[in-house]
Amino acid sequence: MDRLKTFLRHPTGMIGLLILGAVVALAVLAPTLFPDDPWDMVGAPFQPPGSEGLPLGSDMLGRNVAAGIAYGARVSLTIGVASTLAALFIGVTIGAIAGYFGGKVDDLMMRITELFQTIPGFVLAILLVATIGPTLTNVIISIGAVSWPPLARLTRAEFLRLRGREFVQAAVCQGQAPLMVVLRHILPNAVSPIIVTGSLTIATAILIESALSFLGLGDPNMMSWGLMIGASRTVIRQAWWMSVFPGVAILLTVLAINLVGEGLNDTLNPRIARKVRTA
Amino acid sequence: MNRREFAKLSVAAGALGLSGIPLGITRAVGQTRGGTLNTIIQPEPPILVTALNQQQPTLTLGGKIYESLLRYDFDLKPLPGLAQSWEVSPDKLTYTFKLFPNITFHDGTPLTSEDVVFSIMKVLIENHARARSTFSRVDKAEAPDPLTVVFTLKKPFAPFLTAFDCTTAPIVPKHIYEGTDYRQNPANAKAIGSGPFKLKEWVHGSHVHLVRHEGYYRPNEPYLDEIIYRVIPDSASRSVALEQGTVQLTQWTDVELFEVPRLSKLPNLTMTTKGYEFFAPHTWLEFNNRIAPMNDKRFRQAVMYAIDRKALLNRIYFGLGKVATGPVSSKTKFYEKDVKKYDYSPDKAKALLDEMGLKPGPDGKRVAIPFLVPPYGETHQRTAEFLRQSLAKVGIDLQLQGIDVGGWAQRFGNWDFSTTTTTVYQFGDPALGVSRSYVSSNIRKGILFSNTSGYSNPEVDRLFEEAATATTDEKRQELYSQVQKIMVEEVPVAWLLEIDYPNFMDKRLKNVITTAIGVHETFGSVSFG
Repeated sequence: MDRLKTFLRHPTGMIGLLILGAVVALAVLAPTLFPDDPWDMVGAPFQPPGSEGLPLGSDMLGRNVAAGIAYGARVSLTIGVASTLAALFIGVTIGAIAGYFGGKVDDLMMRITELFQTIPGFVLAILLVATIGPTLTNVIISIGAVSWPPLARLTRAEFLRLRGREFVQAAVCQGQAPLMVVLRHILPNAVSPIIVTGSLTIATAILIESALSFLGLGDPNMMSWGLMIGASRTVIRQAWWMSVFPGVAILLTVLAINLVGEGLNDTLNPRIARKVRTA
Repeated sequence: MNRREFAKLSVAAGALGLSGIPLGITRAVGQTRGGTLNTIIQPEPPILVTALNQQQPTLTLGGKIYESLLRYDFDLKPLPGLAQSWEVSPDKLTYTFKLFPNITFHDGTPLTSEDVVFSIMKVLIENHARARSTFSRVDKAEAPDPLTVVFTLKKPFAPFLTAFDCTTAPIVPKHIYEGTDYRQNPANAKAIGSGPFKLKEWVHGSHVHLVRHEGYYRPNEPYLDEIIYRVIPDSASRSVALEQGTVQLTQWTDVELFEVPRLSKLPNLTMTTKGYEFFAPHTWLEFNNRIAPMNDKRFRQAVMYAIDRKALLNRIYFGLGKVATGPVSSKTKFYEKDVKKYDYSPDKAKALLDEMGLKPGPDGKRVAIPFLVPPYGETHQRTAEFLRQSLAKVGIDLQLQGIDVGGWAQRFGNWDFSTTTTTVYQFGDPALGVSRSYVSSNIRKGILFSNTSGYSNPEVDRLFEEAATATTDEKRQELYSQVQKIMVEEVPVAWLLEIDYPNFMDKRLKNVITTAIGVHETFGSVSFG
């Protein structure tokens, strides 16, 4: 409860939460706000913002840009969250194993992690999507596969820190199985930084997805912000609104998630949290 | 009339008298000599020898360097090229060409009938797929004297005279290529032809510089001093170059279609879509006829009814083209317009699908069909999106699959697809550019632009075969009309559009687009004012 209160008093965190809430609401309400398919050509092409029934204008085929942004929010958030969950699962598992067992196991796990870290994440994501084919699931898998190394290293560091603590030693001495020790004693104490990093990973995932779609490597059946920008990039001299609005949507969403992440960081860090509380 | 004009007129009159055939190309009196034409070549060709490589940029540029026996007016009637006259024997087996005298290659060697026979029967047959399919029908090619070439066919082949444009039958120098490995010949880098322009310099990644061939056989030609083809990979930069006058001519897809309305309004430019009659690019939605439900005629007809092709033309192609009515383009010979009409009607489409037993499920979808999106840029991507929305309205769920260039060609060629879109050139005659996509004998796995749909109808095969070898145009028209009627009823593929490409040119330029191959022509008669 205390932590919630602290977060609510965190000004930038709250701004982020409000914007993010608006984006989530837009995503949830998309079918109610725009009953037509966002791919439907509902009006004349190249209509500027403010035209009849087209608050944000229409694109080169006469599709509603506003509807595209609403449905794009669904794609971006889905991919952001799902690929982060995938990254968390891989990263935390590897980091936990490495940190808990140490020694040769640690070495092996960290060498694997470094292998992934030496390849630029975005390039690897492009390679993966191009190889396994651009579908929604594959994009999620690819982004997840390039986003986990920082999480693994973070988890490992936390585990190394906690591994030697008395309460952990006590649990081990009582003969609890390693899995129980990890899940019940270490992980709950390591979760705060993981949550913070995880929230920032969502923002990165959304950016990677947008960049992939921009390059034409997104799922061609999904209306996403990156795809909208990629498609209208070439007509920017005639129709700025087709790329600017999805760009603003990406900017706001990523900014909001970063603000929330920062707020969480301050809230979950006991030292900073106390300062905020007493301020 | 000054002296030069008089000389030109008398030479023109002389040429007319010699050949007895109107030249067809308007020769404006008082064309100015000199000047540099800057234009675009995109993407940069790997080589300039059109006999060895037939990618479109090679052909565009190589047309200035390599000439052929004939040219074709916009109705695809032959005009003199290197050959000043020609005769066809009554049995349609012997074709005799008389060359202009005084033709020389860029190295000064005279071009004779020996070069023609060597180019066609050796170099082209071995290196040029499209030329091979025509010239492999030649029984013997002879050069009885330096200015006469005689081809004798094994059996009549009606479109034979349509195969002598400079993209199909470029003439190369025999003294340079004979007895060598053509592809490895070091002279390929010099690109020695007989066209009005010769290669001066090729700076890879930057430009190709062509200059006047002083020994050109046509009097006064070429008018221009030089042509510079600039390599500009970015489409936005190409438009800017045209706007600013850095280049004075664009062709094919140099300018993105959505830029066309804007650039057309500029006062210093003119736009024409003429000059693609020979290619007549025909775009369609291809069905793999081997798999259900595409193997059912009613399904294919339903798709035809479900697509508003006029909207496709206006929204995605900015009106540059025409709705296709059948397998043969209205620009190609033997087009038949009196065929079954597929006007936009989702209701007719639904009725046909109902009749097939493809009832809509609870989500309104009747059937899911994968679609390979051709990876050739935005227009194809937008077309795919358009098709998906159109078909969704009648309950067909077109599922777009993104794929890279190699993957598309590989899966399409090996029949590992359900639907995709493709664009095929017609090359002036149904026997050259249409039948190949539909006859059973051309169902060849692994080869693009063969009969990839797997459509097979013995009656259609027979009609195409007879029409190719029939000896009179009336007979051919009758057979092609028949085959078009059958095919439009069966819709082996859903014909979408006949595409026009925009040529933008500086208003001062004259005689740029004079024949059916447009920007691929020699440009000998092009001038500034």
